[in-house]
Amino acid sequence: MSFIQDIQNYEFLQKALFTAIIVGIISGVLGSFIILRGMSLMGDAISHAVLPGVAISYMLGISYFYGAVVFGLMTAFGIGFITQNSRIKNDTSIGIVFSAFFAVGIILIGKANTSTDLTSILFGNVLAVRDSDMWITLGVGIFVLSIIALFFKEFLISTFDPTLAASFGLSNKWIHYGLMVLLTLVTVASLQTVGIILVVAMLITPAATAYLLTNRLSHMIFISSVLGAVSATIGLYISFIYNWPSGAAIVLVTTAFFVTALLFSPKHGIVWRTLKVRKNKTAVGQ
Amino acid sequence: MGNAIQVNNLSVSYYGNQILNKVSFNMESGRLIGIIGPNGAGKSTLMKGMLGLIPTDCGTVTIDGKNVRSMRKAIAYVPQRATIDWDFPITVLETVVLGTYPSLGLFKRPGKKERAWAHECLEKVGMESYAHHQIGELSGGQQQRVFLARALAQQAEYFFLDEPFVGIDVTSEALIIGLLKELRDEGKTAFVVHHDLTKVKSYFDDLIIVNREIVGAGTVENVMQPETMKRAFKSQYSLWDSLEVASS
Repeated sequence: MSFIQDIQNYEFLQKALFTAIIVGIISGVLGSFIILRGMSLMGDAISHAVLPGVAISYMLGISYFYGAVVFGLMTAFGIGFITQNSRIKNDTSIGIVFSAFFAVGIILIGKANTSTDLTSILFGNVLAVRDSDMWITLGVGIFVLSIIALFFKEFLISTFDPTLAASFGLSNKWIHYGLMVLLTLVTVASLQTVGIILVVAMLITPAATAYLLTNRLSHMIFISSVLGAVSATIGLYISFIYNWPSGAAIVLVTTAFFVTALLFSPKHGIVWRTLKVRKNKTAVGQ
Repeated sequence: MGNAIQVNNLSVSYYGNQILNKVSFNMESGRLIGIIGPNGAGKSTLMKGMLGLIPTDCGTVTIDGKNVRSMRKAIAYVPQRATIDWDFPITVLETVVLGTYPSLGLFKRPGKKERAWAHECLEKVGMESYAHHQIGELSGGQQQRVFLARALAQQAEYFFLDEPFVGIDVTSEALIIGLLKELRDEGKTAFVVHHDLTKVKSYFDDLIIVNREIVGAGTVENVMQPETMKRAFKSQYSLWDSLEVASS
Protein backbone atom coordinates (compact mmCIF):
# COMPACT_ATOMS: atom_id res chain seq x y z
CA MET A 1 0.00 0.00 0.00
CA SER A 2 1.28 3.40 -0.91
CA PHE A 3 0.30 4.93 2.44
CA ILE A 4 2.64 2.56 4.25
CA GLN A 5 5.43 3.39 1.78
CA ASP A 6 4.75 7.08 2.30
CA ILE A 7 5.00 6.63 6.05
CA GLN A 8 8.38 4.96 5.55
CA ASN A 9 9.52 7.74 3.25
CA TYR A 10 8.26 10.89 4.93
CA GLU A 11 9.35 11.81 8.42
CA PHE A 12 6.50 14.32 8.85
CA LEU A 13 4.02 11.52 8.29
CA GLN A 14 5.72 9.31 10.88
CA LYS A 15 5.55 12.10 13.43
CA ALA A 16 1.93 12.82 12.59
CA LEU A 17 0.94 9.17 12.94
CA PHE A 18 2.83 8.73 16.20
CA THR A 19 1.31 11.88 17.73
CA ALA A 20 -2.21 11.08 16.56
CA ILE A 21 -2.05 7.55 18.00
CA ILE A 22 -0.88 8.81 21.40
CA VAL A 23 -3.68 11.37 21.42
CA GLY A 24 -6.16 8.65 20.49
CA ILE A 25 -5.01 6.43 23.34
CA ILE A 26 -4.89 9.01 26.14
CA SER A 27 -8.14 10.71 25.23
CA GLY A 28 -9.78 7.29 25.02
CA VAL A 29 -8.62 6.38 28.52
CA LEU A 30 -9.42 9.70 30.18
CA GLY A 31 -12.63 10.08 28.16
CA SER A 32 -14.03 6.92 29.79
CA PHE A 33 -13.96 8.62 33.18
CA ILE A 34 -15.19 11.90 31.73
CA ILE A 35 -18.36 10.45 30.21
CA LEU A 36 -19.14 8.26 33.23
CA ARG A 37 -18.91 11.32 35.49
CA GLY A 38 -21.24 13.24 33.19
CA MET A 39 -18.51 15.79 32.44
CA SER A 40 -18.52 15.76 28.63
CA LEU A 41 -19.37 19.46 28.51
CA MET A 42 -16.46 20.15 30.83
CA GLY A 43 -14.09 18.69 28.21
CA ASP A 44 -15.57 21.01 25.61
CA ALA A 45 -15.25 23.96 27.96
CA ILE A 46 -11.63 23.40 28.88
CA SER A 47 -10.57 22.86 25.28
CA HIS A 48 -12.11 26.17 24.21
CA ALA A 49 -10.91 28.09 27.23
CA VAL A 50 -7.21 27.35 26.65
CA LEU A 51 -7.18 29.71 23.65
CA PRO A 52 -6.10 32.86 25.55
CA GLY A 53 -3.32 30.78 27.13
CA VAL A 54 -2.09 29.79 23.67
CA ALA A 55 -2.14 33.44 22.54
CA ILE A 56 -0.30 34.72 25.61
CA SER A 57 2.33 32.00 25.20
CA TYR A 58 2.98 33.22 21.65
CA MET A 59 3.31 36.79 22.90
CA LEU A 60 5.79 35.72 25.58
CA GLY A 61 7.63 33.46 23.17
CA ILE A 62 7.21 30.35 25.34
CA SER A 63 5.72 26.97 24.46
CA TYR A 64 1.92 27.17 24.17
CA PHE A 65 1.82 24.24 26.57
CA TYR A 66 2.37 26.43 29.67
CA GLY A 67 -0.19 29.09 28.86
CA ALA A 68 -2.80 26.52 27.90
CA VAL A 69 -2.37 24.56 31.12
CA VAL A 70 -2.75 27.72 33.23
CA PHE A 71 -5.97 28.75 31.47
CA GLY A 72 -7.37 25.22 31.47
CA LEU A 73 -7.00 25.04 35.25
CA MET A 74 -8.41 28.55 35.72
CA THR A 75 -11.48 27.41 33.82
CA ALA A 76 -11.94 24.29 35.93
CA PHE A 77 -11.65 26.25 39.16
CA GLY A 78 -13.81 29.12 37.87
CA ILE A 79 -16.62 26.75 36.95
CA GLY A 80 -16.33 24.95 40.28
CA PHE A 81 -16.37 28.27 42.13
CA ILE A 82 -19.54 29.56 40.45
CA THR A 83 -21.38 26.25 40.88
CA GLN A 84 -20.51 25.96 44.57
CA ASN A 85 -21.09 29.58 45.54
CA SER A 86 -24.27 30.47 43.68
CA ARG A 87 -27.55 28.92 42.64
CA ILE A 88 -26.31 28.70 39.03
CA LYS A 89 -26.28 25.09 37.81
CA ASN A 90 -23.13 23.41 36.54
CA ASP A 91 -23.94 23.37 32.79
CA THR A 92 -24.78 27.07 32.87
CA SER A 93 -21.59 28.07 34.66
CA ILE A 94 -19.63 25.94 32.17
CA GLY A 95 -21.23 27.88 29.31
CA ILE A 96 -20.53 31.26 30.86
CA VAL A 97 -16.92 30.64 31.82
CA PHE A 98 -15.70 28.95 28.66
CA SER A 99 -17.30 31.38 26.23
CA ALA A 100 -15.80 34.31 28.16
CA PHE A 101 -12.31 32.78 27.99
CA PHE A 102 -12.80 31.85 24.35
CA ALA A 103 -13.80 35.42 23.51
CA VAL A 104 -10.69 36.76 25.26
CA GLY A 105 -8.65 34.24 23.30
CA ILE A 106 -10.02 35.35 19.93
CA ILE A 107 -9.08 38.97 20.67
CA LEU A 108 -5.62 38.03 21.97
CA ILE A 109 -4.84 35.78 18.99
CA GLY A 110 -5.55 38.76 16.73
CA LYS A 111 -3.11 40.88 18.74
CA ALA A 112 -0.48 38.18 19.09
CA ASN A 113 0.71 38.68 15.52
CA THR A 114 1.73 35.10 15.22
CA SER A 115 2.76 33.11 12.23
CA THR A 116 0.42 30.35 13.35
CA ASP A 117 -3.04 31.48 12.38
CA LEU A 118 -6.27 30.96 14.28
CA THR A 119 -7.44 28.25 11.90
CA SER A 120 -4.68 25.80 12.73
CA ILE A 121 -5.23 26.27 16.48
CA LEU A 122 -8.96 25.88 16.15
CA PHE A 123 -8.89 22.93 13.80
CA GLY A 124 -5.44 21.45 14.28
CA ASN A 125 -3.09 20.17 11.62
CA VAL A 126 -1.36 17.03 12.64
CA LEU A 127 0.53 16.82 9.34
CA ALA A 128 2.44 19.94 10.42
CA VAL A 129 3.39 18.56 13.84
CA ARG A 130 6.81 19.62 15.07
CA ASP A 131 9.31 17.60 17.10
CA SER A 132 8.62 19.64 20.23
CA ASP A 133 4.86 19.05 19.92
CA MET A 134 5.44 15.34 19.50
CA TRP A 135 7.58 15.12 22.63
CA ILE A 136 5.10 17.16 24.65
CA THR A 137 2.32 14.82 23.56
CA LEU A 138 4.40 11.78 24.48
CA GLY A 139 5.35 13.25 27.87
CA VAL A 140 1.76 14.15 28.65
CA GLY A 141 0.63 10.70 27.53
CA ILE A 142 3.03 8.88 29.83
CA PHE A 143 2.16 11.17 32.74
CA VAL A 144 -1.63 10.85 32.31
CA LEU A 145 -1.55 7.08 31.88
CA SER A 146 0.67 6.60 34.95
CA ILE A 147 -1.56 8.76 37.14
CA ILE A 148 -4.66 6.87 36.03
CA ALA A 149 -2.95 3.51 36.57
CA LEU A 150 -1.73 4.51 40.04
CA PHE A 151 -5.04 5.95 41.24
CA PHE A 152 -7.38 3.67 39.28
CA LYS A 153 -9.14 2.46 42.46
CA GLU A 154 -9.77 5.98 43.68
CA PHE A 155 -11.02 7.23 40.30
CA LEU A 156 -13.30 4.21 39.93
CA ILE A 157 -14.92 4.49 43.34
CA SER A 158 -15.39 8.25 43.28
CA THR A 159 -16.96 8.00 39.81
CA PHE A 160 -19.26 5.09 40.59
CA ASP A 161 -20.29 5.87 44.16
CA PRO A 162 -19.05 9.23 45.51
CA THR A 163 -20.89 8.76 48.81
CA LEU A 164 -19.09 5.47 49.42
CA ALA A 165 -15.81 7.13 48.45
CA ALA A 166 -16.45 9.85 51.03
CA SER A 167 -17.24 7.23 53.68
CA PHE A 168 -13.82 5.68 52.92
CA GLY A 169 -12.27 9.07 53.67
CA LEU A 170 -11.47 9.94 50.03
CA SER A 171 -11.89 13.54 48.91
CA ASN A 172 -14.17 13.66 45.86
CA LYS A 173 -13.27 17.30 45.43
CA TRP A 174 -9.56 16.62 45.05
CA ILE A 175 -10.22 13.69 42.75
CA HIS A 176 -12.40 16.00 40.64
CA TYR A 177 -9.71 18.65 40.37
CA GLY A 178 -7.08 15.98 39.74
CA LEU A 179 -9.11 14.80 36.76
CA MET A 180 -9.47 18.41 35.62
CA VAL A 181 -5.68 18.72 35.58
CA LEU A 182 -5.43 15.55 33.49
CA LEU A 183 -8.21 16.80 31.22
CA THR A 184 -6.36 20.07 30.64
CA LEU A 185 -3.14 18.21 29.85
CA VAL A 186 -4.87 15.90 27.37
CA THR A 187 -6.60 18.86 25.73
CA VAL A 188 -3.32 20.64 25.28
CA ALA A 189 -1.68 17.52 23.92
CA SER A 190 -4.50 17.12 21.39
CA LEU A 191 -4.44 20.72 20.12
CA GLN A 192 -2.07 20.02 17.25
CA THR A 193 -3.89 16.86 16.20
CA VAL A 194 -7.56 17.78 16.20
CA GLY A 195 -7.61 21.41 17.29
CA ILE A 196 -9.56 23.19 20.02
CA ILE A 197 -12.99 22.74 18.47
CA LEU A 198 -12.80 18.99 17.99
CA VAL A 199 -10.86 17.86 21.08
CA VAL A 200 -14.09 16.99 22.83
CA ALA A 201 -14.95 14.48 20.09
CA MET A 202 -11.71 12.56 20.71
CA LEU A 203 -12.50 12.55 24.42
CA ILE A 204 -16.09 11.41 24.35
CA THR A 205 -16.91 9.64 21.09
CA PRO A 206 -14.58 6.60 21.41
CA ALA A 207 -15.45 6.34 25.12
CA ALA A 208 -19.17 6.49 24.37
CA THR A 209 -18.73 3.83 21.69
CA ALA A 210 -16.92 1.57 24.15
CA TYR A 211 -19.64 2.24 26.75
CA LEU A 212 -22.17 0.71 24.35
CA LEU A 213 -20.02 -2.39 23.86
CA THR A 214 -19.14 -3.57 27.35
CA ASN A 215 -20.29 -3.74 30.95
CA ARG A 216 -16.89 -3.48 32.61
CA LEU A 217 -14.90 -0.33 33.17
CA SER A 218 -11.52 -1.95 32.50
CA HIS A 219 -12.78 -3.30 29.15
CA MET A 220 -14.39 0.04 28.35
CA ILE A 221 -11.09 1.86 28.86
CA PHE A 222 -9.23 -0.66 26.72
CA ILE A 223 -11.76 -0.60 23.85
CA SER A 224 -11.98 3.18 24.02
CA SER A 225 -8.23 3.68 23.74
CA VAL A 226 -7.94 1.15 20.89
CA LEU A 227 -10.78 2.89 19.05
CA GLY A 228 -9.06 6.23 19.63
CA ALA A 229 -5.79 4.98 18.18
CA VAL A 230 -7.44 3.19 15.23
CA SER A 231 -9.59 6.23 14.42
CA ALA A 232 -6.52 8.44 14.52
CA THR A 233 -4.70 6.16 12.08
CA ILE A 234 -7.59 5.79 9.63
CA GLY A 235 -8.41 9.49 9.89
CA LEU A 236 -4.83 10.43 9.16
CA TYR A 237 -4.83 8.13 6.14
CA ILE A 238 -8.00 9.73 4.75
CA SER A 239 -6.64 13.17 5.51
CA PHE A 240 -3.41 12.40 3.64
CA ILE A 241 -5.02 10.72 0.61
CA TYR A 242 -7.93 13.11 0.06
CA ASN A 243 -6.29 16.22 1.48
CA TRP A 244 -8.97 16.67 4.16
CA PRO A 245 -8.28 18.59 7.39
CA SER A 246 -6.79 15.93 9.68
CA GLY A 247 -8.84 16.77 12.79
CA ALA A 248 -12.13 16.60 10.95
CA ALA A 249 -11.19 13.33 9.25
CA ILE A 250 -10.23 11.68 12.56
CA VAL A 251 -13.40 12.86 14.26
CA LEU A 252 -15.60 11.52 11.46
CA VAL A 253 -13.96 8.11 11.78
CA THR A 254 -14.73 8.04 15.51
CA THR A 255 -18.30 9.02 14.65
CA ALA A 256 -18.58 6.17 12.14
CA PHE A 257 -17.52 3.70 14.84
CA PHE A 258 -20.03 5.24 17.23
CA VAL A 259 -22.95 4.98 14.81
CA THR A 260 -22.06 1.35 14.07
CA ALA A 261 -22.05 0.53 17.80
CA LEU A 262 -25.25 2.47 18.38
CA LEU A 263 -27.04 0.35 15.79
CA PHE A 264 -25.36 -3.04 16.13
CA SER A 265 -23.89 -3.32 19.65
CA PRO A 266 -24.71 -6.88 20.79
CA LYS A 267 -26.10 -5.75 24.14
CA HIS A 268 -27.32 -2.21 23.61
CA GLY A 269 -27.73 -1.90 19.81
CA ILE A 270 -30.90 -0.30 18.51
CA VAL A 271 -31.30 -2.82 15.67
CA TRP A 272 -31.26 -5.95 17.87
CA ARG A 273 -33.52 -4.34 20.41
CA THR A 274 -36.08 -3.38 17.79
CA LEU A 275 -36.00 -6.88 16.31
CA LYS A 276 -36.44 -8.39 19.77
CA VAL A 277 -39.40 -6.16 20.59
CA ARG A 278 -41.01 -7.06 17.25
CA LYS A 279 -40.44 -10.77 17.89
CA ASN A 280 -41.97 -10.53 21.35
CA LYS A 281 -44.96 -8.72 19.93
CA THR A 282 -45.61 -11.43 17.35
CA ALA A 283 -45.07 -14.06 20.05
CA VAL A 284 -47.94 -12.66 22.08
CA GLY A 285 -49.97 -12.53 18.88
CA GLN A 286 -50.28 -8.83 18.18
CA MET B 1 -17.04 4.32 78.89
CA GLY B 2 -15.97 2.76 75.60
CA ASN B 3 -18.03 0.48 73.39
CA ALA B 4 -20.66 3.08 72.74
CA ILE B 5 -21.71 5.56 70.12
CA GLN B 6 -22.04 9.05 71.49
CA VAL B 7 -23.55 11.96 69.60
CA ASN B 8 -23.35 15.36 71.25
CA ASN B 9 -25.15 18.52 70.13
CA LEU B 10 -25.02 17.62 66.44
CA SER B 11 -26.55 20.36 64.28
CA VAL B 12 -26.78 20.31 60.49
CA SER B 13 -28.16 22.92 58.12
CA TYR B 14 -28.53 23.20 54.34
CA TYR B 15 -28.30 26.71 52.90
CA GLY B 16 -29.23 28.23 56.25
CA ASN B 17 -32.20 25.91 56.89
CA GLN B 18 -31.66 23.94 60.04
CA ILE B 19 -32.32 20.24 59.45
CA LEU B 20 -31.04 18.87 62.73
CA ASN B 21 -31.07 20.89 65.91
CA LYS B 22 -28.63 19.94 68.69
CA VAL B 23 -29.11 16.20 68.45
CA SER B 24 -27.65 14.19 71.31
CA PHE B 25 -27.91 10.52 72.16
CA ASN B 26 -25.93 7.62 73.46
CA MET B 27 -26.27 4.10 72.09
CA GLU B 28 -24.64 0.88 73.19
CA SER B 29 -22.73 -1.18 70.66
CA GLY B 30 -23.68 -4.75 69.72
CA ARG B 31 -27.23 -3.67 68.98
CA LEU B 32 -29.49 -3.39 65.97
CA ILE B 33 -30.63 0.21 66.00
CA GLY B 34 -33.44 1.72 63.92
CA ILE B 35 -33.52 5.40 63.04
CA ILE B 36 -37.13 6.34 62.37
CA GLY B 37 -39.14 9.48 61.90
CA PRO B 38 -41.56 11.14 59.48
CA ASN B 39 -40.61 12.26 55.96
CA GLY B 40 -38.18 15.17 55.98
CA ALA B 41 -37.32 14.58 59.63
CA GLY B 42 -33.61 14.41 58.86
CA LYS B 43 -33.04 10.67 59.24
CA SER B 44 -30.57 10.34 56.36
CA THR B 45 -29.03 13.67 57.32
CA LEU B 46 -28.48 12.36 60.84
CA MET B 47 -26.72 9.28 59.46
CA LYS B 48 -24.53 11.30 57.09
CA GLY B 49 -23.81 13.83 59.81
CA MET B 50 -22.75 11.09 62.21
CA LEU B 51 -20.34 9.73 59.60
CA GLY B 52 -18.93 13.14 58.70
CA LEU B 53 -20.13 12.84 55.09
CA ILE B 54 -21.75 16.28 55.12
CA PRO B 55 -20.62 19.51 56.77
CA THR B 56 -22.04 19.94 60.26
CA ASP B 57 -22.61 23.21 62.11
CA CYS B 58 -21.46 21.89 65.45
CA GLY B 59 -21.39 18.78 67.58
CA THR B 60 -19.20 15.76 68.12
CA VAL B 61 -19.61 12.09 67.29
CA THR B 62 -17.47 9.47 68.96
CA ILE B 63 -17.36 5.71 68.64
CA ASP B 64 -15.57 3.83 71.40
CA GLY B 65 -14.45 7.25 72.63
CA LYS B 66 -12.68 7.97 69.33
CA ASN B 67 -13.54 10.47 66.59
CA VAL B 68 -15.53 8.86 63.73
CA ARG B 69 -12.99 10.01 61.17
CA SER B 70 -10.31 7.91 62.81
CA MET B 71 -12.71 4.94 62.91
CA ARG B 72 -13.39 4.85 59.14
CA LYS B 73 -11.97 1.37 58.62
CA ALA B 74 -14.37 0.00 61.22
CA ILE B 75 -17.41 1.57 59.53
CA ALA B 76 -19.38 0.28 56.54
CA TYR B 77 -21.90 2.65 54.99
CA VAL B 78 -24.63 1.61 52.53
CA PRO B 79 -26.01 4.69 50.73
CA GLN B 80 -29.56 4.96 49.42
CA ARG B 81 -30.10 3.04 46.20
CA ALA B 82 -31.44 6.14 44.44
CA THR B 83 -28.01 7.81 44.48
CA ILE B 84 -26.35 5.18 42.26
CA ASP B 85 -25.88 5.23 38.47
CA TRP B 86 -27.17 1.74 37.63
CA ASP B 87 -25.88 1.93 34.04
CA PHE B 88 -22.29 2.12 35.28
CA PRO B 89 -20.09 -0.49 33.58
CA ILE B 90 -19.38 -2.61 36.65
CA THR B 91 -20.26 -6.20 37.51
CA VAL B 92 -21.79 -7.45 40.74
CA LEU B 93 -18.50 -9.03 41.87
CA GLU B 94 -16.49 -5.88 41.13
CA THR B 95 -19.03 -3.85 43.13
CA VAL B 96 -18.43 -6.08 46.15
CA VAL B 97 -14.64 -5.91 45.64
CA LEU B 98 -14.91 -2.13 46.17
CA GLY B 99 -15.56 -2.99 49.82
CA THR B 100 -12.01 -4.28 50.16
CA TYR B 101 -10.44 -0.97 49.06
CA PRO B 102 -9.95 0.63 52.49
CA SER B 103 -7.89 -2.38 53.61
CA LEU B 104 -5.72 -2.27 50.47
CA GLY B 105 -4.14 1.16 50.81
CA LEU B 106 -2.78 3.43 48.11
CA PHE B 107 -1.49 2.04 44.79
CA LYS B 108 -2.42 -1.56 45.61
CA ARG B 109 -4.83 -3.36 43.31
CA PRO B 110 -7.34 -5.95 44.48
CA GLY B 111 -6.08 -9.43 43.63
CA LYS B 112 -7.22 -13.05 43.83
CA LYS B 113 -7.57 -12.94 47.58
CA GLU B 114 -9.88 -9.93 47.48
CA ARG B 115 -12.00 -11.44 44.71
CA ALA B 116 -12.34 -14.73 46.57
CA TRP B 117 -13.42 -12.86 49.70
CA ALA B 118 -15.92 -10.79 47.70
CA HIS B 119 -17.34 -14.03 46.30
CA GLU B 120 -17.76 -15.38 49.81
CA CYS B 121 -19.66 -12.23 50.79
CA LEU B 122 -21.90 -12.64 47.74
CA GLU B 123 -22.70 -16.18 48.87
CA LYS B 124 -23.82 -14.84 52.24
CA VAL B 125 -26.47 -12.71 50.54
CA GLY B 126 -27.37 -15.49 48.07
CA MET B 127 -26.19 -13.57 45.02
CA GLU B 128 -23.15 -15.63 43.93
CA SER B 129 -24.83 -16.81 40.71
CA TYR B 130 -25.11 -13.17 39.59
CA ALA B 131 -21.40 -12.40 40.12
CA HIS B 132 -20.75 -11.50 36.49
CA HIS B 133 -23.95 -9.62 35.76
CA GLN B 134 -23.90 -5.87 35.29
CA ILE B 135 -25.47 -4.29 38.40
CA GLY B 136 -28.29 -2.65 36.44
CA GLU B 137 -29.60 -6.08 35.43
CA LEU B 138 -30.66 -6.85 39.01
CA SER B 139 -33.94 -6.13 40.74
CA GLY B 140 -34.08 -3.57 43.55
CA GLY B 141 -33.89 -6.20 46.26
CA GLN B 142 -30.97 -7.95 44.59
CA GLN B 143 -29.11 -4.65 44.27
CA GLN B 144 -29.60 -4.00 47.96
CA ARG B 145 -28.27 -7.47 48.78
CA VAL B 146 -25.17 -6.78 46.68
CA PHE B 147 -24.65 -3.54 48.59
CA LEU B 148 -24.93 -5.42 51.86
CA ALA B 149 -22.36 -7.90 50.53
CA ARG B 150 -20.06 -4.96 49.81
CA ALA B 151 -20.51 -3.75 53.39
CA LEU B 152 -19.72 -7.28 54.63
CA ALA B 153 -16.57 -7.25 52.48
CA GLN B 154 -15.37 -4.25 54.49
CA GLN B 155 -15.21 -6.44 57.62
CA ALA B 156 -16.51 -3.53 59.64
CA GLU B 157 -17.63 -3.38 63.25
CA TYR B 158 -20.28 -0.71 62.65
CA PHE B 159 -22.82 -0.79 59.81
CA PHE B 160 -24.84 2.21 58.66
CA LEU B 161 -27.65 1.47 56.19
CA ASP B 162 -29.70 4.29 54.68
CA GLU B 163 -33.27 3.16 53.80
CA PRO B 164 -32.22 -0.37 52.76
CA PHE B 165 -35.81 -1.64 52.55
CA VAL B 166 -37.24 0.94 50.17
CA GLY B 167 -38.69 -0.61 47.01
CA ILE B 168 -37.41 -4.14 47.56
CA ASP B 169 -39.09 -7.55 47.59
CA VAL B 170 -40.14 -9.43 50.73
CA THR B 171 -37.54 -12.19 50.33
CA SER B 172 -34.65 -9.72 50.09
CA GLU B 173 -35.96 -7.76 53.06
CA ALA B 174 -36.17 -10.90 55.21
CA LEU B 175 -32.70 -12.00 54.12
CA ILE B 176 -31.17 -8.61 54.88
CA ILE B 177 -32.75 -8.26 58.32
CA GLY B 178 -31.71 -11.87 59.08
CA LEU B 179 -28.11 -11.07 58.18
CA LEU B 180 -28.15 -7.89 60.25
CA LYS B 181 -29.38 -9.90 63.24
CA GLU B 182 -26.57 -12.41 62.70
CA LEU B 183 -24.06 -9.56 62.66
CA ARG B 184 -25.58 -8.20 65.85
CA ASP B 185 -25.22 -11.63 67.47
CA GLU B 186 -21.54 -11.56 66.51
CA GLY B 187 -21.22 -8.33 68.48
CA LYS B 188 -21.42 -5.87 65.58
CA THR B 189 -23.56 -2.75 65.61
CA ALA B 190 -25.95 -1.71 62.86
CA PHE B 191 -27.80 1.57 62.38
CA VAL B 192 -30.68 1.37 59.90
CA VAL B 193 -32.69 4.32 58.59
CA HIS B 194 -36.24 3.01 58.30
CA HIS B 195 -39.65 4.51 57.67
CA ASP B 196 -42.12 1.64 58.02
CA LEU B 197 -43.45 1.65 61.58
CA THR B 198 -45.21 -1.72 61.42
CA LYS B 199 -42.10 -3.92 61.60
CA VAL B 200 -40.08 -1.81 63.99
CA LYS B 201 -40.68 -4.04 66.99
CA SER B 202 -39.61 -7.25 65.29
CA TYR B 203 -36.62 -5.69 63.51
CA PHE B 204 -34.76 -3.57 66.03
CA ASP B 205 -33.39 -3.74 69.58
CA ASP B 206 -33.10 0.02 69.99
CA LEU B 207 -34.69 3.01 68.34
CA ILE B 208 -33.76 6.59 67.68
CA ILE B 209 -36.85 8.61 66.84
CA VAL B 210 -35.93 11.81 65.10
CA ASN B 211 -37.93 14.78 63.89
CA ARG B 212 -35.45 17.62 63.45
CA GLU B 213 -34.48 16.83 67.03
CA ILE B 214 -34.38 13.68 69.10
CA VAL B 215 -37.90 12.67 70.12
CA GLY B 216 -36.78 9.49 71.82
CA ALA B 217 -33.78 7.18 72.00
CA GLY B 218 -33.45 3.87 73.80
CA THR B 219 -34.78 0.33 73.71
CA VAL B 220 -37.77 -0.32 71.47
CA GLU B 221 -40.06 -1.02 74.47
CA ASN B 222 -39.13 2.23 76.18
CA VAL B 223 -39.33 4.40 73.11
CA MET B 224 -42.43 3.02 71.36
CA GLN B 225 -44.85 4.83 73.67
CA PRO B 226 -48.03 6.36 72.21
CA GLU B 227 -47.10 9.84 73.42
CA THR B 228 -43.61 9.75 71.86
CA MET B 229 -44.90 8.36 68.60
CA LYS B 230 -47.60 11.00 68.45
CA ARG B 231 -45.06 13.73 69.04
CA ALA B 232 -42.76 12.42 66.28
CA PHE B 233 -45.41 11.67 63.71
CA LYS B 234 -47.61 14.66 64.47
CA SER B 235 -48.38 15.45 60.84
CA GLN B 236 -49.49 11.90 60.11
CA TYR B 237 -51.51 11.74 63.33
CA SER B 238 -53.28 15.07 62.91
CA LEU B 239 -55.63 13.51 60.35
CA TRP B 240 -56.72 10.97 62.96
CA ASP B 241 -57.16 13.68 65.54
CA SER B 242 -59.45 15.68 63.33
CA LEU B 243 -61.47 12.56 62.48
CA GLU B 244 -61.89 11.79 66.17
CA VAL B 245 -63.08 15.33 66.79
CA ALA B 246 -65.57 15.10 63.96
CA SER B 247 -67.05 11.79 65.17
CA SER B 248 -67.41 12.87 68.78
